[in-house]
Amino acid sequence: MTHVMEAKNATIQFGGLKAVDSVDMYIDEGEIVALIGPNGAGKTTFFNLLTGIYEPTDGDVFFDGVSVVGEKPHVIAKRGISRTFQNIRLFGALTALENVMVGRHLRTSAGALAAMFRLPAQRREEQMIQIDAERWLEFVGLSHLANEVANNLPYGAQRRLEIARALATDPKLICLDEPAAGMNPHETEELNKLIGRIRDLGVTVFLIEHDMKVVMEIAERIYVLDFGKLIAQGTPDEIQHDPAVIEAYLGLGAEALMARNLDETKTEQALEFAEEQAPLMTEADEAAEGEWEVFDGENA
Amino acid sequence: MSAKEKLTSMITSEGADSLSVPKARPMLEGLKTMSLLKKIGLGLLILAIFLAPIFFQGFGHIFLIRIFAVIGLYILLALGLNIVVGYAGMLDFGRIAFYAVGAYTAMWVGVPIARALGEVLGGWSYFAALPLGGLAACLVALILGLPVMRLRGDYLTIVTLGFAEIVRICLANNIFGLTNGAKGLPRLGDSLGEPPGLQWLKYNTFFRLGNNFEFQFTSNIYWYFVIFILVILSIIIIRNLDNSRLGRSWAAVREDEVAAQAMGINTAKAKMYAFVIGAFFGGIAGVTFSYFQAYVSPGSFTFLESALVLAIVVIGGMGSIPGVLVGALAIQGIPEFIRGFASAGWFGNLPAEAISAISNYRYLVFGALMVFMMAVRPQGLIPSSRRSRELHATGSDAVRESTTLEDERNKVGETYHTQL
Ligand SMILES: Nc1ncnc2c1ncn2[C@@H]1O[C@H](COP(=O)(O)OP(=O)(O)OP(=O)(O)O)[C@@H](O)[C@H]1O
Ligand SMILES: [Mg+2]
Repeated sequence: MTHVMEAKNATIQFGGLKAVDSVDMYIDEGEIVALIGPNGAGKTTFFNLLTGIYEPTDGDVFFDGVSVVGEKPHVIAKRGISRTFQNIRLFGALTALENVMVGRHLRTSAGALAAMFRLPAQRREEQMIQIDAERWLEFVGLSHLANEVANNLPYGAQRRLEIARALATDPKLICLDEPAAGMNPHETEELNKLIGRIRDLGVTVFLIEHDMKVVMEIAERIYVLDFGKLIAQGTPDEIQHDPAVIEAYLGLGAEALMARNLDETKTEQALEFAEEQAPLMTEADEAAEGEWEVFDGENA
Repeated sequence: MSAKEKLTSMITSEGADSLSVPKARPMLEGLKTMSLLKKIGLGLLILAIFLAPIFFQGFGHIFLIRIFAVIGLYILLALGLNIVVGYAGMLDFGRIAFYAVGAYTAMWVGVPIARALGEVLGGWSYFAALPLGGLAACLVALILGLPVMRLRGDYLTIVTLGFAEIVRICLANNIFGLTNGAKGLPRLGDSLGEPPGLQWLKYNTFFRLGNNFEFQFTSNIYWYFVIFILVILSIIIIRNLDNSRLGRSWAAVREDEVAAQAMGINTAKAKMYAFVIGAFFGGIAGVTFSYFQAYVSPGSFTFLESALVLAIVVIGGMGSIPGVLVGALAIQGIPEFIRGFASAGWFGNLPAEAISAISNYRYLVFGALMVFMMAVRPQGLIPSSRRSRELHATGSDAVRESTTLEDERNKVGETYHTQL
């Protein structure tokens, strides 16, 4: 069976910097896969390779067994990859409903003349677009804000609106770039459920996320990038115990921990450092504490 | 099964009740949702504008008819530019080039047809020239747009600016012997013929009410009505476009080109549609100008005219059709009214130099007005509903409510329950 997405030796170089470096990766249909890594690891850049914003300088990226390299972003979207953006990119002056209606663009066809004279087929299509858009708003829980201008929506609602807009394109693979960023714990919980429901629709989910609570709870498999290189992959359980991952996230602090000559201050330093590196990771206190316990136990 | 089908079946299996369809439909709003009072008001206003020339003529202010007809042509130009600037978010500094293409096409097409049809029927050539002039402008826009649409917006600005000057200079230099240079068209002895039916109207619509009111159809009134009809039809067509798949793709491109691409919009194509369709309205305005004046020369297509049309769109309110109407009235109309009334002796006996100074200084006033508007009211005199909604910073009640966490929680909770 061909993978929904497969990267072979995908590499992109910006000047001297290899933002994505010889990455091999795949996603199968119906999976929820997370891509994690410290800031600047190249996660968003990988999304940009996949969605046609950048072209790899080496290697190849396949969608449904066919390369996406050299394709325009709008063609890739039509093939079935949709995405959200790390720094929300809604159509600010349009209403929530209109934003989602734009998402229906590539699954509809009415042309300029049909629109000018409002031919019957165009009217019908327009009505269907609106009904579909309303359903997707409902799906993400934003029906009550349908007629609000996107720029005026609260942050969490904007993130969900981006998801609704992406879903409206009828994707096979949806790429979510840090959907939980800026959400409060309650919103994050709802987001987790939402992602589960997206997968239940048969859409494969590829997710970049810093919030380990989200990642560990919903991802079935995880890829870890650091300085553009894939340093680990596996189930959430495997990733949590992967020394390379811990080191990537905690840097020297982790080494200190690994060396097991921990005294109180060093642990504190390590945790502070971790917070700087990935603030949202330690925000989920319980989960983090749990990790540490397991970790200590193993090394004891 | 696609995600959409799955979603549809999920919802329909729960019954249609779970679909709360919002009552206000922003994309289909307009006449249907307008209150009866507003409808009547709008109807009366349109009727008044339609009948205005009868009163102007009847009461002897004939110069007003001409001024309003010219305002109508500028409205057509600005409506076309508004598609490019207001809807698709590109900056076009050379709008007048398409006006020129339309106007000269009208001469090239209209004069031979008029000659073939003879003196009496010659005017019917307008109906051939109108679509051809519009399409010629589209073709020019297409050729001009091909190399620049994939580039950033600034390039289009520069290209249009340069192109309009090239067109004007070509016209002035009698390029390929087609334009008759500064002397303009039609050449001596040629004409576009009498507007169709004008003679009949002249003889059959004369009436007199008392001593002060006397009406007779004139050529100016004739073109006033033609332009009026063109403006109305254009507004309907452009509104339809705005509220369509294509119109949304323009808005998406304007708001965020990267996101638009990610949503499957071919941004170069969407921009090209805006540019070409916008040019069409410039073209038909040019054709009508040709027939209305019965004469064209390069002097009518200067950069200042392009700037004037852009000022109409920007000061009126980008993306807003009422804004275009008011903008054209203010920018093309007011100086002409002042000049017209001054020459009619309303402000006492002004010397001729003073009167012509009024029209010469208007650009200075526009410059100042533009700066003032940008500082005080950047959304324009009558902003588009979208822009004003957005600039309404505090948001509406629904947003304010839901920004309190509790409300958001409840609402979100509710929707999720109905879903699963
Ligand atoms: N267009 C570009 N030109 C040059 N360098 C770039 C470009 N895009 C990304 N980079 C660099 O590539 C690296 C990876 O960036 P990327 O945005 O992919 O990181 P990320 O993993 O998404 O990080 P974050 O968690 O902060 O979002 C960074 O060092 C960034 O500066
Ligand atoms: Mg990123």
